[in-house]
Amino acid sequence: MASVTYDHVWKRFGDFTALNELNIAIEDKEFLVLVGPSGCGKTTALRCLAGLEEVSDGKVMIGNTVVNDVPPKDRDIAMVFQSYALYPHMTVYDNMAFGLKLRKTPKEEIKRRVEEAAEILGIEALLKRKPRELSGGQRQRVAVGRAIVREPKVFLFDEPLSNLDAKLRVQTRAQISKLHQNLQTTFIYVTHDQTEAMTMATRIAVMNKGLLQQLDTPQMLYDYPANLFVAGFIGSPAMNFFSAKLRKDGNNLMVDTGAFAVKVPEVKVSTYMHLVDKEVIFGIRPEDVHNPLFVPSDVSAAEIPAKVDFTELMGNEIYIYLIAGEHNFVGRVDPRTRFHMGDEVKLAINMDNFHIFDPSADRENPPAVR
Amino acid sequence: MQNNPFKGIISLFTSAIGRIFVSIIVPLITFLVLWQGFIFLRDTEANQFLVVLVAIVWGVGGVMLLYYVTNWLIEKLPKEWVNRLQPFIFVGPALAILAWFLAIPTFRTLILSFQDQTSRVFVGFDNYIFALTDRIMLEAFRNNLLWMIFGTFFSVSLGLIIAVMADRSRFENVYKTIIFMPMAISFVGAGVIWKFIYTYRGEGAGIAEIGLLNAIVIALGGTSQPWLQQPPWNNFFLIVIMVWLQTGYTMVILSSAIKGIPAELLEAARVDGSNELRIFFNIIIPTIKGTLITVSTTILIFSLKLFDIVRVMTGGNYGTNVIANEFYLQRFTYGNAGRASAIAIILLIAVVPVMIYNLRQFRERKAF
Repeated sequence: MASVTYDHVWKRFGDFTALNELNIAIEDKEFLVLVGPSGCGKTTALRCLAGLEEVSDGKVMIGNTVVNDVPPKDRDIAMVFQSYALYPHMTVYDNMAFGLKLRKTPKEEIKRRVEEAAEILGIEALLKRKPRELSGGQRQRVAVGRAIVREPKVFLFDEPLSNLDAKLRVQTRAQISKLHQNLQTTFIYVTHDQTEAMTMATRIAVMNKGLLQQLDTPQMLYDYPANLFVAGFIGSPAMNFFSAKLRKDGNNLMVDTGAFAVKVPEVKVSTYMHLVDKEVIFGIRPEDVHNPLFVPSDVSAAEIPAKVDFTELMGNEIYIYLIAGEHNFVGRVDPRTRFHMGDEVKLAINMDNFHIFDPSADRENPPAVR
Repeated sequence: MQNNPFKGIISLFTSAIGRIFVSIIVPLITFLVLWQGFIFLRDTEANQFLVVLVAIVWGVGGVMLLYYVTNWLIEKLPKEWVNRLQPFIFVGPALAILAWFLAIPTFRTLILSFQDQTSRVFVGFDNYIFALTDRIMLEAFRNNLLWMIFGTFFSVSLGLIIAVMADRSRFENVYKTIIFMPMAISFVGAGVIWKFIYTYRGEGAGIAEIGLLNAIVIALGGTSQPWLQQPPWNNFFLIVIMVWLQTGYTMVILSSAIKGIPAELLEAARVDGSNELRIFFNIIIPTIKGTLITVSTTILIFSLKLFDIVRVMTGGNYGTNVIANEFYLQRFTYGNAGRASAIAIILLIAVVPVMIYNLRQFRERKAF
C-alpha cells in the first residue's frame, strides 16, 4: 500500500516526446485509470512507474521514495500485461509462485498465498495446467493471480481486458473492481476504453499526445470536461459539437449555430459574456437531446429544428442521427419516439447541461468555459 | 443414341480398345523420348552448349513428362484405385532414389562388415571384435567422446552466450557477422588456416617459428611447442577448430529463438523480481529449450561423424584418431573393406539414438 507520484516527469524517445511534464499525485488505495487514444503516453507512464522505462526528467515516487534508479524487481509492484505474459513452461501454480520463490518466501507461505489467490479468482482447478491449456479468460485470471500473491504496494494493469470478448470483459471489469475493494491497495490501470475508465476508476487521468488533459473523478470528468478533447473522448456516443457564435440579443445571450439559435439561461449569462461575438464551440451530450413529447419536467428545454438522417433502435432507447444545417448530431431519445428517416422534426435540448469551448484559447485542445 | 444398343456396344468396344491402345502407346512414347535423350547425351559429340541445353530440357522436361504420364495413366483406373495409387506416383520416385542411394548401400555395408578384406569370405563378428577391442579403435572412441562432450558443450554454450550478449548490444549485427563468418569456410579450409596457427618448426640453428600461437608464446617469453603432437592436449587444439567453425551456426539459430521470446515475458519476470541472471536461467533457457536441444544434437552428430579436421591436421596421428578417420584408413589406405564396413556400421548405430531423439523433439514441437 502506497501513494504514487509523478513529479514533472518527461519521457523522450529521440525527438518524440511521450510524456510531457506529467504531474499526478495518486493517493494510497486509489484506483486511478489512465485513459487516452493509442500513442497518448498512458502505457509509457505505467512503464516508467514499473521501471521498464527510464524517465528522461522528473521524479517518479512510490510512497516517499524516489524510484527513478530502483530496478523493477525492487520496486515492490506487480503488473498485469496486455498479453498476460505467463511463463509458458511453468504450470499455473509455478507462474503464480515464481515471484515469491525469487523473494525466498517459505514454501508453506507460498502454497497458502497461491491457493488463496486461486480461490478468489476461481482458478483452483487449473493450478496444475500449463498456460497453453487455458482459455483467454483463464489466462487473464492467472495473470491477475500472479500479481495478487505478491501482495505488492501497487498494482499496475496494462490494458488487461483488451484481449477478451465483450461479455467476458464486462464480467472481468466487475471482478477487478471488487478485487480493488477487497485488497485495499493502490491500482493503476491503463486503457483506451473510456467505458472501463468510467466504470472502475475512483479518479481518471485523461491523456493525449503525452499531455495530461484532465485528472478528476469520473462524474466530474463527464459533467465538467476541461476541454474539447476530454469532452469528445469521455462518453458514448460522443458529445455533439457545433461551431457557433455567441451573440447578444437585447438582454439575452444567444448561441447561434447558423442552423438554430438557443438562449443561454440567465444564470449562466455572466459566465460567457466575455465571449460575445466570438467563434465558439457549442457542445451538447446525446442524452440531453430529447423528443419534445418526452422531456423530463425538470429540464429547461430549447426547441431546435432538424432532419432525421437515420435511427438506431437500442431497445431501451433510440439513437437518432440528425442533420441541422451543416451540422450532424446524435440524440438518445425515449424509445416511444416515432421518428422516421427524412422527417423534419423538432428536438428539445437541455439548456441546463451544455458546454461552451473557446477555440482561440488553445488551438489544439480548447478548454471548456464554466 | 440410346435407342440403338448396337451402336452403343460398338462405341464401348472401340473406346475400350482405344483406351488400352493409348495407355500403352503414350507411356511407350514417353519412355522412348527419355531413352533417346539419354542415348543422345551419352554418345553425342555435339557442341557443349547444345548438350547443356538438351540436358536441361531433357532432365526437367523428362521428369515432368514422367510424372504427367504416370498420373494420367493412373487416372484411367477405377476411382478407388486412383485414390490408392496416386500418392505413390509422386512419393515413389523420391522413395526409389532414397532406397537406391541410402538403403541399399547401408544394407551392402552391413553384409561387407561380416566379410573379410577381400569381401569374399564370411568371417562372422571378427571385424566387430576388431573394431571394439583394437587399441587404435579404442583411442578413436575416446577421442570422439572428447569431441562430442567438449566440442558440443563449447559450440553451444559460446553460441548461446554470444547470442544473448549480442541481443543487448547496439553493434549486434557486426558481432554476429564476425562470429558467423567461419561458417562459410569448409572444414578442410579451416584446417589449412589453423595449421598456420599451430605450425611448429622445431629447434635448431636458423629455424624461425612461423606459427601464430608459437609467435605469441615466444613473445611472452616461452619456448615454442609442437602443439599438434602432444597428446592428449592436441585433441583439444583440434576441437577448438570445430568450435570456431560451429559457434556461428549455434549462435544464429539460438539468436533467432531468443528474439522469438516476447519482450513482455522478460518484463514480467523483471517486475516479478528476477535479476538478469535469473531471467537467463529461469525464462530464456526454458523457453528456447527445444531449439537448444536441436542445436546440441546437430553438433553432437557433427562431432560423431567428424573427419575432415583430423584428416587434414594430423591424419589421426599423435593420439588424435577418430572413428571416421579410422574408417577412411581401413578402407582406402589398408584396403580392408570388412573392417571399414564394421566401423561404419558402428558409427551408424551410434548416431541413430541421437537422430531418433532429435526427430521426436521435432514432432513434439509441432504439437506445441
